[in-house]
Amino acid sequence: MSNINVTTYPEDKIFEESGYDDHFYEHHHGDKYQSSFIGHYIFSMDHKMISKQFLITGIFWAIIGAAMSVIFRLQLGFPEESLAWLKPILGKWIVVNDAGIGKLAPEFYYALVTMHGTILVFFVLTAGLSGTFSNLLIPLQIGARDMASPFLNMLSYWFFFLAGVVMFLSLFVSTGPFAGGWTAYPPLSALPQASSGSGTGMTLWIVSLAFFVVSVLLGGINYVTTVLNLRTKGMTMWRMPLTIWALFITAIIGILSFPVLLSGFFMLMFDRGLGTSFYLNDIFIGGEALDRVGGSPILYQHLFWFLGHPEVYIIILPAMGMVSEVLAVHSRKPIFGYRAMAYSIMAIAFLSFIVWAHHMFMSGLNPFISNFFVVFTLIIAVPSAVKVFNWITTLYGGNIRMVTASLFAIGFVSMFISGGLTGIYLGNSTIDIQMHDTYFVVAHFHIVMGVAAFFGMFAGIYHWFPKMYGRFMNETLGRIHFWGTLICAYAIFWPMHYIGLAGVPRRYYDFSTFDAFKHFEDLNKFITIAAIIAFGLQILFVVNFFYSIFKGKKLTTRNPWHANTLEWTTPIEHLHGNWPGNLPVVYRWAYDYNKDDREYVPQHIKLNENEVDNH
Amino acid sequence: MATDTTVHSVNPNDGTWKGGGEPFKASYGKLMMWYFLVSDAFTFAGFLIAYGALRLSMPSWPVPDFVFSSFPGLEGSHPLLFVTLMTFILLFSSFTMVRAVQEGHRENKKGVAFWLFLTVIGGAGFLGCQAWEWNKLIGEEHMTIHTNPFGTHVENGKYLEGNGHGINEGDLFHAGDTYLIHKHGDEYQQLKYQVSEGADAGKIKELEFGPKQFGALFFFITGFHGFHVFSGVMILLIVLANVLSNVYVERRNGYEMVEKVGLYWHFVDLVWVFVFLCFYLL
Repeated sequence: MSNINVTTYPEDKIFEESGYDDHFYEHHHGDKYQSSFIGHYIFSMDHKMISKQFLITGIFWAIIGAAMSVIFRLQLGFPEESLAWLKPILGKWIVVNDAGIGKLAPEFYYALVTMHGTILVFFVLTAGLSGTFSNLLIPLQIGARDMASPFLNMLSYWFFFLAGVVMFLSLFVSTGPFAGGWTAYPPLSALPQASSGSGTGMTLWIVSLAFFVVSVLLGGINYVTTVLNLRTKGMTMWRMPLTIWALFITAIIGILSFPVLLSGFFMLMFDRGLGTSFYLNDIFIGGEALDRVGGSPILYQHLFWFLGHPEVYIIILPAMGMVSEVLAVHSRKPIFGYRAMAYSIMAIAFLSFIVWAHHMFMSGLNPFISNFFVVFTLIIAVPSAVKVFNWITTLYGGNIRMVTASLFAIGFVSMFISGGLTGIYLGNSTIDIQMHDTYFVVAHFHIVMGVAAFFGMFAGIYHWFPKMYGRFMNETLGRIHFWGTLICAYAIFWPMHYIGLAGVPRRYYDFSTFDAFKHFEDLNKFITIAAIIAFGLQILFVVNFFYSIFKGKKLTTRNPWHANTLEWTTPIEHLHGNWPGNLPVVYRWAYDYNKDDREYVPQHIKLNENEVDNH
Repeated sequence: MATDTTVHSVNPNDGTWKGGGEPFKASYGKLMMWYFLVSDAFTFAGFLIAYGALRLSMPSWPVPDFVFSSFPGLEGSHPLLFVTLMTFILLFSSFTMVRAVQEGHRENKKGVAFWLFLTVIGGAGFLGCQAWEWNKLIGEEHMTIHTNPFGTHVENGKYLEGNGHGINEGDLFHAGDTYLIHKHGDEYQQLKYQVSEGADAGKIKELEFGPKQFGALFFFITGFHGFHVFSGVMILLIVLANVLSNVYVERRNGYEMVEKVGLYWHFVDLVWVFVFLCFYLL
């Protein structure tokens, strides 16, 4: 037994009888990973602590990334207003003229847009989302003591941390952070002299992301291995909760796509530092032709998007998995079409690898090859629609508990539908001639993989916060957070569809100088105001989060949501090894809600005589 | 709480995927090595696809039989001979690795150490060969990642001057022949020639450098592979030291570490087959 005293609950008694002894405590001498402050809180090898580290680092980056978006939205919404008040924070990037009017430096505007994308896609929605919940949920929900390799798991976090440190430093470089877009296309990324951010800023950017790839691979290899090898007795693949299916497939996608990005980055590093020309051809600077010929910038785009497209599913699949779980728990119904859900995750994962060139329709790609990518892109709508149908039918007729977690899960479904539909427009290469690089694209991907993934993440945080910290988050603040964010998200991105259809291009610094675009002035103001309110609401969430860690309502039972999955059978106080005694044995799938007049039947409960196994 | 736990239950403890065990008896360590190798394979695939894309976009590409045709101590042209030796050494080290793993299963410490030692020799020998080849290309033939003096003719013609390295004034050449622009002092000697057929017949031109990407890709990809072999040799040395100091004797999984490093070693050999194919055969 563990040397930490925990309150005993009926579960522990069940596991004494029905669980099995894996001799864990004979080998581990109690809590050796958590014996000192540094071992417990900093270089922790316990998956629950590492998950908190991922989450809090993710929140830190989310605040920075969101603050950046507010600054560039101020520029877009109020180009005439003075930003001199930002001078204390942004320093020389605010240029104050003689009249005292402060303007955002245009090169810094590009840096803000670039960093916003990089930070949100990689640091927040990849590490902060799948890093957090893979770590928290995989061992707990499959009934494992920890990850297969706790040491590599710790390294995974610290490589992410290192990537963060390097990226953070790049914000303070005198020539500015990288400013060539989050996709880092050459030649802007390949030639240090191409723009001010292409020098030191880009060097730090690429070093940071190389560390990040190492982090994702170390994490992913661990997650896949843990799911395959460390499931407890009785936890067949088809009894795994959908969260685990989603996190498992996400990890596989990461293992297969991030290495290709690394290939692309290595060649980019050679072009930058050693003078090769893998991506460079016919470059003129100041009228002078460079001796860098024969390479192909399109090659970089292919290598980048071979990661880049699966990456959006790396972001959204964990959110989908958590939403499936949260919806089933809070509507007190079995998830509708469990196997269809798992198969559609697999189908989406497979298709995600053969659609990457739909990001490149206008790059000069052969139109006949585009057809191939159009067809597969549109086919992704099928498994996506299966999932949406199943979520709605899970809710249908359910006894829905409207807590913040379930509100965010329902909000996710709404966002996923809204953003997904415009994906069908954009997947057509002919429509892309008009739509590419407009605000229509910005609206599409922000709703479908930005806001939707965030909603999934919030659903997960509100739902599993009691598991992580032993306390509840404040429900009232949570509801304000949900309704405010829902309204603001649509207020920000819905009008962008109209602007985009009118042909307004993304990444422009100032529309007031264009006759064709300046009549959207009011709409841009409206979007900016909504963005500022949305930012304030997220600060409210952060306050709620940290307040609740210390002052939130305490848990009195292990299983506050009356959920079926195994994480709720572990003690409220975290202990290394998760279960104080025997490991639980699993006898049923995770979705026996309202079965045979029983409101819920957890996975570790044996089947009754004559009870039909739903799975 | 619903806690009806009555007698009937399905036995949760049978079958490969029922949980509580390792499917196909693959330990988590071996699985992790496999997934690492899958990801590494994708990295190399990214490189080789870039190689294919860049090569196919070029009007010409140096002929490997011309570029890689020397052998230490031998005069004249011996296409494929040296790389065959390199490949043989590396594949032989794979064989010795298999024997080391086998002796590990038999828990024969001496056997493991002996065959691991031979594997280290094989890996080091391969790296030595690569060093010789790089030295020849960089030091004597002056190919770098920026400059590729190996060009290929796209028309028939006749040399108007000689270079003292086998090309004499009046020699004929054909489209598809690869040449080397020799360096004398700081100057590359770009020989003059006269085109004999086609639209440019009669024109006088001078030899041009080949596609830069040839040198860059060669050093980049064989270098990346060589780095893998180097890391492998280092890991093998560590494992060898562990074997000799009986580290694995007490482990529950015995010599599994030898098997894991073996997986890596075979993977590095397998990748070489593709690198070899792309650079030396095609």
